[in-house]
Amino acid sequence: MKVGYFPGCSLHSTAREYEESLRAVVAALDIQLEEVHDWACCGATSAHSTNHLLSVALPARTLLQAEKQKLQRILAPCAACFNRLASARHALTQDEKIAARVQSILGSDFANSVGIVSIAELLREVTATIRQKATSPLTGLKIACYYGCLLVRPREVCSFDDAEVPNSLESIVSATGATPVKWSMALECCGGGFSLSITGSVVRLGRMILQSAIDAGAQAIVVACPMCHSNLDFRQHAMNGRNGAGKSMPIMFISELVGLSLGLDPAQLGLDRHFVSPSLLLDQIGAVKTAQNRGEGA
Amino acid sequence: MSRIGVFICHCGENIAGTVDCARVAQALGELPGVVHAIDYKYMCSDPGQSLIKQAIREKHLDGVVVGACSPHMHEKTFRKAAAGAGLNPFLCEMANLREHCSWIHEDREGATEKAIGLGRFIVEKIKFNRPLLPIFIPVEHRALVIGGGIAGIQAALDIADGGHEVVLVEKEPSIGGHMSQLSETFPTLDCSQCILTPRMVEIRQHPRIKLLTYSEVESVEGYIGNFHVKIRKKARSIDDALCNGCGECQKHCPNNKIPSEFDQGLGKRTAIYVPFPQAVPNIPVIDRANCAFFKGRAKGVKKAVCGRCRDTCGRHAINFDEQDSFVTEHVGAIIVATGYQLYSVGKKQDSELLQGYGEYGYGEIPDVIDGLQFERLASASGPTGGKILRPSDQKEPKTVVFLQCIGSRDPAKGIEYCSKICCMYVAKHTMLFHHKVHDGKAIVFYMDIRAGGKGYDEFVRRAIEENHALYLRGRVSRMYRNGDTIRVHGFDTLSGEQMVIDADMVVLASAMRSQPGIASLAQKLSVSYDQHGFINEAHPKLRPVETNTAGVFVAGACQAPRDIPDSVAMASAAASKVLGLFSKELLEREPLIAHVDTARCAACFHCERVCPYGAIIRKEIKDGRGRLIKIAAEVNPGVCQGCGTCQATCPSKSVELDGFTDEQIYAAVNAI
Amino acid sequence: MQPSLLHEIRESTGLDATHCYQCGKCSAGCPMAPEMKLKTHEIIRLIQLDLREKLLANESLWMCLTCETCTTRCPNEFDPAAVIDALREIALKKHAVRIPRKILAFHSAFLDQIRTHGRVFEFGLVASYKLRSGAIFADVAAVPGMLARGKLALAPKRIEGIDEVRRIFGECMAGEDKR
Repeated sequence: MKVGYFPGCSLHSTAREYEESLRAVVAALDIQLEEVHDWACCGATSAHSTNHLLSVALPARTLLQAEKQKLQRILAPCAACFNRLASARHALTQDEKIAARVQSILGSDFANSVGIVSIAELLREVTATIRQKATSPLTGLKIACYYGCLLVRPREVCSFDDAEVPNSLESIVSATGATPVKWSMALECCGGGFSLSITGSVVRLGRMILQSAIDAGAQAIVVACPMCHSNLDFRQHAMNGRNGAGKSMPIMFISELVGLSLGLDPAQLGLDRHFVSPSLLLDQIGAVKTAQNRGEGA
Repeated sequence: MSRIGVFICHCGENIAGTVDCARVAQALGELPGVVHAIDYKYMCSDPGQSLIKQAIREKHLDGVVVGACSPHMHEKTFRKAAAGAGLNPFLCEMANLREHCSWIHEDREGATEKAIGLGRFIVEKIKFNRPLLPIFIPVEHRALVIGGGIAGIQAALDIADGGHEVVLVEKEPSIGGHMSQLSETFPTLDCSQCILTPRMVEIRQHPRIKLLTYSEVESVEGYIGNFHVKIRKKARSIDDALCNGCGECQKHCPNNKIPSEFDQGLGKRTAIYVPFPQAVPNIPVIDRANCAFFKGRAKGVKKAVCGRCRDTCGRHAINFDEQDSFVTEHVGAIIVATGYQLYSVGKKQDSELLQGYGEYGYGEIPDVIDGLQFERLASASGPTGGKILRPSDQKEPKTVVFLQCIGSRDPAKGIEYCSKICCMYVAKHTMLFHHKVHDGKAIVFYMDIRAGGKGYDEFVRRAIEENHALYLRGRVSRMYRNGDTIRVHGFDTLSGEQMVIDADMVVLASAMRSQPGIASLAQKLSVSYDQHGFINEAHPKLRPVETNTAGVFVAGACQAPRDIPDSVAMASAAASKVLGLFSKELLEREPLIAHVDTARCAACFHCERVCPYGAIIRKEIKDGRGRLIKIAAEVNPGVCQGCGTCQATCPSKSVELDGFTDEQIYAAVNAI
Repeated sequence: MQPSLLHEIRESTGLDATHCYQCGKCSAGCPMAPEMKLKTHEIIRLIQLDLREKLLANESLWMCLTCETCTTRCPNEFDPAAVIDALREIALKKHAVRIPRKILAFHSAFLDQIRTHGRVFEFGLVASYKLRSGAIFADVAAVPGMLARGKLALAPKRIEGIDEVRRIFGECMAGEDKR
C-alpha cells in the first residue's frame, strides 16, 4: 500500500530514530511512503496557542500540497503533527469563515480531501501482516502503551480509537508478540512542547507516568510521539531524582518495537540514539530469541 | 332565512387593543341572515353569557357566533350558555379573533378587516350547521394497571377500594418493583419492604384485583370505555393452583450460580426461583434459558438432563410442558405504571443517543457499583446479609466515595435531565454506611443538592452534620484501579482544590431511565413518549396523569424521574381519574364524527385505508331475508376522532363529518 | 461600549461560555491544575463574569498544555482548550502584561524558526529561546549528548516555498504584536 508521509520537524533531528525505524518497518511491511513535497512545519503548539488562523493555514498548505500530489491520505508519525493536521482539516469542514479565509490565503482551489492517519491507525491496519512476518516475536515482554494526549483526543478529530479506553497501540504490541500491561497513565499528558519553558512541570508529569509503568510491571514504555519520547527519555534522568523511580525504563517508538519483532537490526532502528539505553531490553529480547531458537532446535 | 346572532368580545384589551370591535360587530350585523350583532367587554363573564341567552330568547336566534378567544378556551362555555337558552349547542360557534388575529398583528386597520373576515367565515359556515345530539358509549367498569411497582400497586388498590375490578399485569415473577429491592427509604429511613409488603399482600387478597404476574401486554384494541387487551401469561412451568410455596424445589436445583436480577448481579439464584422471600405471589418460576432440563431439551437430548424440582415437589405442581397462554381482558381504562431502570455506564448502550463513561472504566472496574447495588448490600435480605462488603473480596470498605449525576445532567452522555432522587438517596446511603461501618468515611462528589420535598433538606443536613459525610462540590474527572483501591480524581470548587481520593468502593448514582421495551408498549397503547422513552402527559401543568389517548392514564417514574411519595400521589391521582370515568354508565362524546351514507357507498374502502384511528368497519347490508346485498363502510362512533380524512378521501362523497361537512366548509371558504 | 468577553469568545470560536455550569470536572482532570492559580473552570467563570482584565493578565492561561482532557470530558461538550487558545490570542493582541517570559519566549522562538526556514531547526530554536528567555545555561550539559546521538542538526535547511510560508504568516498575523 502507498501512503503520503509528513515527517514533521523533529523526525529529522531530535527524533531521528523514529524516522529510521519507521522507514525500516514500512519497507519490511510493503508500505510505500511518499513524502509531501516541500512540506512546512505544522505549527505545533505554538501556532494554535497564539493564532488560530495561522494554526489552520500552515497545515492547510501541507494538505493542499498533498492534494496536488494526488495522495488519498498522509501519515503523520508525530502525534502532535497528526493532531494539528487533523484538527485543521476538521476546522476547515466545520467553520465556513475560516475555510474561506484559508482558501483566499492559499490562493488555490482546495478540496480538503486528504485524510490524515496516525501511526497507531496505520499499523493497526496491518497487524495481521506484522504477526505473520514477526520472525522474532517479543514473547513475554511487558509493554506499557503510552498514547499521550493528542493521539486520540479530541474525539471528533481523532475518531479512530476510543478516547478514554483506546487499544490501537495494544493491538499492535500484541501483534509483535509482546504483552501490553494494564496501567493507569496511558492518556496523561507528558507536558508536550513545554520541555524547555516549564521543565519542572514536565519532570513532575513524567515522573508520575514512569512510576505507573513501573508499578504495572512494564519493562518498557512504547510511544507514538517524538515529544513524549523526548520528555520521557531525554528527561528521565531528572525524573529519577530524590522522589523518582530510581529505575531506568526504556522508551521505545512503536516502530522500533515492531521493527524488533520483524527481526530488524537494532542499529538500523536507531536504538543507539536513545538517552535511556534499551540494552537491557535488547538482552532480554536476545534471551527470548535464544530460547526460541533452542525451542526450534529441540 | 337564518336568524344568526353575532357577539364580539373585547376580551378587555386583548382584542379591543388591536381590533375595532364595534366596527366588526357593525359590519357583521349587515350580513344577510344576521339579525343581532353587538360587542361587549367580556363575553365569557356571567353578564356576557346572559346577553347571549337573552338574545336567543328574544330574537329567536337559530345560530350564535361569538367572536372572541380560541375555542379551546371557551367553546364549552358558550355552548352551555346556548343550550341553557334552548338552542342546540352545536349551533353555537366561535370565531377566534384573539390568537388568530389581535395577538399576532399590530396594524389596527388590517387586524379589524381580518376580524371581520374571520367573523364572516363562521357566519357563512353556521348557516349550514345542523343540530347534533351527543353520542353515548357504554363504559366497562374494569381497569387495567400495567406495572406492579409501588405506583401500580397504589393505583390498583385505590380503584379496587373504589368498588371496581382491576387487572394488574406485571412482567416479573413478583410484584413490588424496585421499591422491594431498597433497604431503607428517605426521609424516614423506614425499612422499604416493611412498608411495601402489607400493600403487596393487600393486592393478593383483594377480592376485586386479578393479579397476573410473569405476564405482559401483547396487544391493545378499542377505545376509552371499551379496551380489549390481550395479555400473554408467560409459562412459569408451575401450576399456581397446586403450588403452596413451600420452596423445596429451589433447595434441590443444581443450577445455583445464576446472577440474581433481584440482587442486581451481586448475588446468585437457582434456575427455579422465587425472586425474594416476600414475593407475591410466592410461586416460583423456571428460568428456562438457564435451566438444565430446558437447555437439554432445546439441544434435542432424548433423556431428560434434570428433573429434580419436579421429583421433589410434593404437590406435583411442576409442569415442564406448560406453554405461554393468552387471556383477553375487557376494560374501560388503562393506567401505565411501568417504572424505571437505571442507566448503565458501560460501553454498549441500548440507545444510540447514549454514551458510557470511559473515564470511569465503562463499568469494568471491580468495586465500582451503582445505587441499586448498594441498596442490595445494605439490605438484610441481600447477598451480604446487610453488611457493607465490597464485591471483589468481601472486605468491609472503610472509604466509600459516592458520585452524583452519573449520566444525569450530562448532555455529552445523552441525558440532559436531572434524575431527581439521587441527591436524596446518596445522603441516605452515606447514613446507612455510617450506621453499619462506624469508622467508615463517606465522601460525596456533587454539583448541586436537590432536596425540595418535605423534610428533605433537613435529611441531607443530617447526613453531613450528624453522620459526618464529607460533601465535595465538583465532578470527578476519572477513576481507575490502583492496587487494592480505586483512585478517584475529583475537584472541590468551593475550596479550589483538586481532590484525589483512594477509595475502597465507589457508588455511582446513575440516571433514572424508562424501562426497556417502553416504546413497543406505548405504540400498542397509542400513547406518545419522548426521546428518552418517558411517557408524555397530556399537559405538563394541568393534566399530569392523563395521556393524549383518552382512557389511558400514567403514573410513576415511567413518565419522569420521581420518588416514592410522588409516585404514590400520582398513582392515586390516576386512580381518581379512572374512578371519575367509572362514575358514569355512559360516556358522553362530542358528536363531531363522521358517518357514511350506506346507500351511496361504493365499498371502495379508501376511507378504511386512510383512517388513522381504525374507526371504519365493514358492515354487511342484508335484505329482509338475511341475504347479503352489499358491504358498506361504517364509522364506529366510539373510535372516530373527527379528523375528516375520510370525507376528504371518499370519491363518491358518501362520508360526511358532522360539524364540518363539505357544504359548511365551502360556504365558509367562499365567504372570505 | 466594548463587547463582553463572552460575546468576543463566541464570535471567534462559536463557543458559548454560558453552557458551563461550573462542575469542575475539567479542573479535576487537568494535569497543570496544581500549578495554576486560576483553574480551568475558574477561567471560564471569569469569562461568564466578564472580568476581562483579571483574566487576561493571569499567567495561568499560558500554563495550559492543550492536552484536551477537559474538552474530552466536559458534560456540556464545551471546549475549554479552544477557549483558552482564544483567550491567549486576545491577550497577545491587547499587550497583556503578565505573559510568563519563558513560555512566550518559546512560542516566539518556535514561530520565528518556521518563518525563517519553513521548518523548526532545533539548534536555532534553542539558541533563540535562550536569548529571549534569558535561560542561558539550562540544558547546556545535554548538547554533547544530543550531538553524539546525531540528534542535533547544526545547519538549517530552508524549504523552497519559504516565501509562501512568510506570506501566510503575514496574512495571519497582520496587526499583531510581533513579539
